[in-house]
Amino acid sequence: MDSVPSPEPATAPAAEPRPGQVRYLPATGQTLMKLIITGPFGVGKTTLIRTLSEIPTLHTEEVMTRSSVGHDDLKGLPEKATTTVAVDFGRLTVPGDLVLYLFGTPGQERFFPLWQDIARGALGALVMADTRRLADSFPVMDMVEEEGLPYAVAVNRFPGAPAHSDDTLRKHLDLAPQTPLVQCDARNRRDSIGTLIALAEHVLTRLPEDD
Amino acid sequence: MTAGRPGTSGAAAAPKGGPPGGRGRRLIPAYLATGGRERPRGTAGFDRLTLLVATDQQPPELDFGPEHRRLWTLLRPGALTVVECAAHLGLPVSATVFLAADLVGGGHLLARSPVPKAEEIDRTLIERLLVGLRALP
Ligand SMILES: Nc1nc2c(ncn2[C@@H]2O[C@H](COP(=O)(O)OP(=O)(O)O)[C@@H](O)[C@H]2O)c(=O)[nH]1
Ligand SMILES: [Mg+2]
Repeated sequence: MDSVPSPEPATAPAAEPRPGQVRYLPATGQTLMKLIITGPFGVGKTTLIRTLSEIPTLHTEEVMTRSSVGHDDLKGLPEKATTTVAVDFGRLTVPGDLVLYLFGTPGQERFFPLWQDIARGALGALVMADTRRLADSFPVMDMVEEEGLPYAVAVNRFPGAPAHSDDTLRKHLDLAPQTPLVQCDARNRRDSIGTLIALAEHVLTRLPEDD
Repeated sequence: MTAGRPGTSGAAAAPKGGPPGGRGRRLIPAYLATGGRERPRGTAGFDRLTLLVATDQQPPELDFGPEHRRLWTLLRPGALTVVECAAHLGLPVSATVFLAADLVGGGHLLARSPVPKAEEIDRTLIERLLVGLRALP
């Protein structure tokens, strides 16, 4: 359901979280970090987050910025002035008191302001791609590059999708030689951890040597 | 180059529809409209990963609306980030930040930012992350 703008304004639903349903964090001692999981609709972002998350995946209804809404549509229709989009996220505590928040951000260009807002302060991004429609990931890669975020590409293998070598995929995605490419099944935990390792290794190569 | 990706210099990555901010009214949902107090108050520095912890000072009903009290009640048993509070309460992140800032201002919540700043993201931290990721079950 992520990436599908809903016509409903975000209003507070009544239901309170049930006791025991909320997974709290220790109040101190942890370092929190943000990673962006992005890519076109249906590429497997929510699946990968669900595979990795220690909590049932959550989502927020984010109000779209005014600039993304056509002004002409708004005259006299204030209740239609904002659209919301659901953004999924999950949480993964890594040994060493590090907590990763994985945000599944919609890759469409019209969500760019929201995308930027969520990506601010992120360690890096995982751009997901589907071999049946690699080109759908191009605008997403452009957004990540414009933001200056280090990224790795995870090619999600769907059943019946054509298999390609890494070299072929790199060429079709026009990847810089240093950009990691991993093939994965987002439903598989080891594969999904592997995509995060590839991203973290890449982030490391971009950092200056310690003194 | 056989690749199909168009160059990144063009309009492909530009947000559509003009500059952010724009003209026109900003709609304020009812739950954000509180007795004439000016907003935003003290929301600077809050973001999705700001960690919130309740103090034992319950927000008095006279000064705070039901949404404030829902947030404080959610946080009574333990700490959560702003974005998790927003998700559990079914509120937008921006609304949750307003509520949290009010409650911090009144001494009912504590807010911390356990997120490394850009200059704190160094090799030691990422190496620690890699060790942790490789040790995951
Ligand atoms: N075979 C296969 N199916 C997948 C994989 N990842 C996702 N799917 C399926 O593809 C559909 C879309 O995935 P979803 O995670 O919702 O995509 P999103 O829009 O990017 O969040 C779902 O029905 C998933 O079950 C994968 O790695 N392999
Ligand atoms: Mg999704």
